[in-house]
Amino acid sequence: MATTKVIERKPLTFAEKTFLPQIATGLKTTFGNMLKKPITLQYPEERPVIPDNYRGVPTLVKDPNGREKCVSCQLCEFVCPPKAIRITPGEINAEAEPDRAHVEKAPQEFEINMLRCIYCGFCQEVCPEEAIYLQDVFSLSGYSREEMINKKDKLYELGGTLPDEHFKWDKKKAAELSGNPEH
Amino acid sequence: MSANGTSEMITINLDGREVEVPKGMNAIEAAKLHGKEIPHYCYHPKLSIAGNCRMCLIEMGMPMRDRGTGEPVLDEQGVQKIGWGPKPVIGCATDVSPGMHLRTDSESVKEARNGVTEFLLINHPLDCPICDQAGECRLQEFSADHGRGYSRFIEDKNVKPKRTVLGPRVTLDDERCILCSRCVRFSQEVAKDDVLGFVDRGTYSTLTCYPGKELANNYSLNTVDICPVGALTSTDFRFKMRVWFLKRTNSICTESSVGANTTVWSREGKIYRITPRRNDAVNDTWMTDSGRDLFKPFESDDRLTHYTVDGVHQSPEIAAKAAAELLRAGSVAVVGSAHSTVEEQFILEEIAKKTGASVSMVKHEGEGDGILLSEDRSPNLRGALLNGLISELPKGDLTLLAAQVDSGAVKTLLVVNEDLTQLGLTEAQLGQVKIIYLGAFANAVSQVAQVVLPSLSVFEKSGSFVNQNFRLQKFAAAVPGPRGLIAELGVLAMVEALLGEGNSQAPTIAQVWERIGQTEGVFAGLAWQKIPEEGLKLEAGSLAKLNFVESKNLKLDPAALEAAQALPA
Repeated sequence: MATTKVIERKPLTFAEKTFLPQIATGLKTTFGNMLKKPITLQYPEERPVIPDNYRGVPTLVKDPNGREKCVSCQLCEFVCPPKAIRITPGEINAEAEPDRAHVEKAPQEFEINMLRCIYCGFCQEVCPEEAIYLQDVFSLSGYSREEMINKKDKLYELGGTLPDEHFKWDKKKAAELSGNPEH
Repeated sequence: MSANGTSEMITINLDGREVEVPKGMNAIEAAKLHGKEIPHYCYHPKLSIAGNCRMCLIEMGMPMRDRGTGEPVLDEQGVQKIGWGPKPVIGCATDVSPGMHLRTDSESVKEARNGVTEFLLINHPLDCPICDQAGECRLQEFSADHGRGYSRFIEDKNVKPKRTVLGPRVTLDDERCILCSRCVRFSQEVAKDDVLGFVDRGTYSTLTCYPGKELANNYSLNTVDICPVGALTSTDFRFKMRVWFLKRTNSICTESSVGANTTVWSREGKIYRITPRRNDAVNDTWMTDSGRDLFKPFESDDRLTHYTVDGVHQSPEIAAKAAAELLRAGSVAVVGSAHSTVEEQFILEEIAKKTGASVSMVKHEGEGDGILLSEDRSPNLRGALLNGLISELPKGDLTLLAAQVDSGAVKTLLVVNEDLTQLGLTEAQLGQVKIIYLGAFANAVSQVAQVVLPSLSVFEKSGSFVNQNFRLQKFAAAVPGPRGLIAELGVLAMVEALLGEGNSQAPTIAQVWERIGQTEGVFAGLAWQKIPEEGLKLEAGSLAKLNFVESKNLKLDPAALEAAQALPA
């Protein structure tokens, strides 16, 4: 059984009855903020600074040599929780692109459905080739559902080029050219 | 089963546990029987033992006996001592014997596996993101299970050719090869086409074809299946899809009466590849290359995709009604097919009974290869015989039927699959009769048929076949058929129901089997659920005396069968 406890309120003091101290404290905050630098941004004219580890729109990147890094291993497609990614794997045509023939595999088509994407960053985390990055694009809109599906060329356009620490495939090519003269 | 065919059981000690295993079995299989995995690469249950990968190292010991007297050597407690070998032995070449002690997970065994894995990985490329074997790669799995997790190797890895074309269907990535020699042994022992071998020594060892030869036999893709790594790849499946996306469905190969057990790998209604499924009574672990391509014709444009009555697209119900109407008129002849399932043949037989139709069938024969491609190129001829759809072996053409059409004895034809213009009937003769055509592809008959009932491929429906050894085997639908089509079993059952009093709803396959189970003969008492996944051997009875076309192949020996038939008589 709940019991009711009656709290006795103290009567207001004279100062409180005038409300002047409260007005003064309020105005102090107001004047204080008037003198500070404004925090709000005039979006969209002004844009926020995006931190490096921000998870924006997923994009595909090229290495500093301008080659596409993705080898269509489809791990991102596998790990993607909302199944937003769809890859059509393909073989690199050795005759058309002899300098890239040793990579053997590249995506024919790479689609990310931005209506499904939840910006979780799993694709970036799982990518063994460091080819997919969630970068700083945060406002994406379109007039139709088709427009919201990022195709391969759009993904590369958004992604651009990122520095590479490994140059894995260049090393592979160098080994192929120099290593083991018997073969 | 032991090597000499008996199944005498012996007791061995597996990791401190007394277990019963068949005599003569090797340690890998014996451990597998009791839930212990001994990792291995070069060992394959259907090939000879090579013992070159060293991955299956285990500790082995035997109860000690005094060399002079032969008396057991006992310890202080009076228990016979175990003489453990000083070094690990390979499990694949160690046949169990009574009292044998095996340790499959001791510290020294783990260390041995770790060492073997490290050496295998020294020159193995870090190709997993582009390697098609990833996801079903033994090296990947065992490296995770038994490897150290990081590499101590700082020198340059070996460089070998990456895209050697070994044959029309097989591409070799030499860097990935771990030299297990499974493919070499398969080519020698099973395919009998000894073209593969290793050249050069040490780390330069390379798998290669004999100069001037290529791996072109009809079993070459089995080498891709048994390759424990991604070295041998199927040129067709290469870079098409990662295996972890593919759904596996048990199926039966329809190429010939062998009825090889297969797995169909599909994703979202598209088949990517077909691989063999182990069944020691049918195909061991192999299948033909040609059987792997059978799904491709069904992706073509000349497939029948609409139920048609007099050239107009109709619903299956209306088409079935139209077919029943034609059949009711009488003077019906049925041209059945040995490509139909047991269930479809059963319903067809019922239709033939109700309409008083004569049933003929045409044989489909080709050259056999003595392994897994038999002379009879239809998967279910014995099903038709057991069903009573036909009572004797089919002939090569339909001249008898042609004569009946000419004389006017036959006015309506129900044709399953066959192109009658290739079988002795002229187009003029086809014009004289009403035709109901049931088949997957458009042909001369479907063009003139009054009613066209499109059928589904073996990958799109469920059913069962009876193979050359009278083995009833069932298969499941892997992918959906073209939109709007129902399995022909349903359509045939609707037609049959319309001919009688039954309701015209398409039955399920289990419902059809309820009826088949009530018939007399070998199917009596059987039900769809009762057909095991590995198949069910049926009694051939008097049918075994028929002069079947198959000659000796991997699992069929007509001479031995004849001898066995002759004995009790």
